[in-house]
Amino acid sequence: MDGMFFLTILVLIYLFLIGYLGYRGYRGTHTATDYLVAGRKIHPFVMAMSYGATFISTSAIVGFGGAAGVFGMGLLWLTFLNIFVGIFIAFVFFGARTRAMGHHLDAHTFPELLGRRYDSKFIQVFSGLVIILFMPLYTGVVLMGAAKAVEVRTGTPYAAALLFFSAIVALYVIMGGLKGVMYTDALQGTIMFVAMIVILLLTYSKLGGVVEAHQRLTDLASHLPEKLVKGGHQGWTAMPKFGSPLWWTLVSTIVMGVGIGVLAQPQLVVRFMTVRSSRELNRAVLVGGIFILMMTGVAFVVGSLSNVLFFDSTGSIAIAAAKGQVAQIIPMFMKGFMPWWLGDIFLVALIAAAMSTVSSQFHAMGAAAGRDLYEATAGVASSDTGSISATRGGIIFTFLLSVALAYILPVKYGAGGAAIIARGTALFFGLCASTFLPMYLGGIYSRRITKAGAISGSLVGFLVSALWLLFIHDKEAAALKVCQVLTGKTSLLAGVKTGFIFWPEVDPLLVAFPLAIIVTIVVSMASKPFSKEHVDNCFASIGR
Amino acid sequence: MLGMADGWIATVYILCLLSALLCVVYGVVNWNKGDVAELPTDDDKHWAEEEDKLEDEL
Repeated sequence: MDGMFFLTILVLIYLFLIGYLGYRGYRGTHTATDYLVAGRKIHPFVMAMSYGATFISTSAIVGFGGAAGVFGMGLLWLTFLNIFVGIFIAFVFFGARTRAMGHHLDAHTFPELLGRRYDSKFIQVFSGLVIILFMPLYTGVVLMGAAKAVEVRTGTPYAAALLFFSAIVALYVIMGGLKGVMYTDALQGTIMFVAMIVILLLTYSKLGGVVEAHQRLTDLASHLPEKLVKGGHQGWTAMPKFGSPLWWTLVSTIVMGVGIGVLAQPQLVVRFMTVRSSRELNRAVLVGGIFILMMTGVAFVVGSLSNVLFFDSTGSIAIAAAKGQVAQIIPMFMKGFMPWWLGDIFLVALIAAAMSTVSSQFHAMGAAAGRDLYEATAGVASSDTGSISATRGGIIFTFLLSVALAYILPVKYGAGGAAIIARGTALFFGLCASTFLPMYLGGIYSRRITKAGAISGSLVGFLVSALWLLFIHDKEAAALKVCQVLTGKTSLLAGVKTGFIFWPEVDPLLVAFPLAIIVTIVVSMASKPFSKEHVDNCFASIGR
Repeated sequence: MLGMADGWIATVYILCLLSALLCVVYGVVNWNKGDVAELPTDDDKHWAEEEDKLEDEL
């Protein structure tokens, strides 16, 4: 009961602060630029924390932390990519150019940036459509995770938790725009940061220090179940056997798919356009690098080490103790081995992680619906009040859609529906990377990529990704069931192995992304380049 | 090394720390660099026009 009292106080303080920051965002919002790109004057600390907190959702900590309980520390390759690609390369090589070009072209959303760079309304509308159609599923994953965490800890029914949680987020996003989103993100990121540091320190100290803890985990390898060893598992402090099914899942789906896919996430790219100059981005790199290390780095180390604690207390490794439920490993670890008060702080941190991701998703979807679809196609001239109202309308629409998905799929369609939602992150990352990355990278670095090149590369990336997800990549194809209904198999290449390539585990990114790049380049070489004036204007604040 | 069974895992453990350190060093070294003069945006031009108009009217 004391625990419940403490949790209630924590949640109330948290909600009060969120309300206050949302209000600050609302008071500071007067123009479309304020609402869509936070006035382009965000502080580097807020920008970095917001980028990090948006990037890291509940599933990165609980879902992937649980996966580390199964796969072990090989997941740290994802942390390395998260920091090196997701922060360093993203900020230094993408951020500065995106900010300069976005500011000069007066772009307010990622699709608008692409549309103006390529002088193409089609690109803007198509990109907006991809966001509106597929991001709700990704939002659904995060909403479902948060609502389930609240349901398990407090006993609140799933539907009520889902509605309450998403309504609070929608309220401050609708009122405060991107300023409200980023201010609250910074607070949420700080809570996540503190909780993860304490968890890391306690875990290492319980296990006798850093090297001792790793050694005990290494020694546990002899207790691996037969099934995992057959799949290629060689212990939690070793990589799976090269070319084995577990190796492919780890390297292709988890590490490459998510690690590279992050570069073309619309809700993250838009943040580069919220700062005044590249100096702010340079400063934000410092904060972002440490933040991500403490998020996924800690989740993966602790998730792996949980095996030692589970084994010492129950005689079973983590996945067996969690009865095969990967997503239960981290919550059970918190409940079983961490002090109760830290469990409550962790729950608030998880809610914060979910809120910071969902708020940015609502904002990105709303902007895509209002600015990139409605304003761009209805022929209405952009005005401050018009753009804000259109985006608010878009947020309400996509909010209802996301909540409906997070409710209907698991509640009405049971495990099958929940399985579709659970693949939402992978689906969205897979589609975004191949659809957006070639034209985005080409757009900020090359003066020679043509409109036809950008459009054809993007369409090929989208189609190949979608087909690969529907018919080849085992996890999504099995969940979406289209392949099963049409062909009777979960994947067209189920069990097929060519050399060391295990096809059903090959992430769509590894196929669609290179193809999209090739098509973009080849079509650009064969089609008419943009006029010198247009390219000069796009690169005016970047230089040659 | 570091109590890990596999050199790959010890390497990536250190790489994670080094990449975070790279971010810190980059941030510190470039703390005051990169502030470029901005060309006015449409919003800025719009604001300036409004201001001019207001001043004329006054």
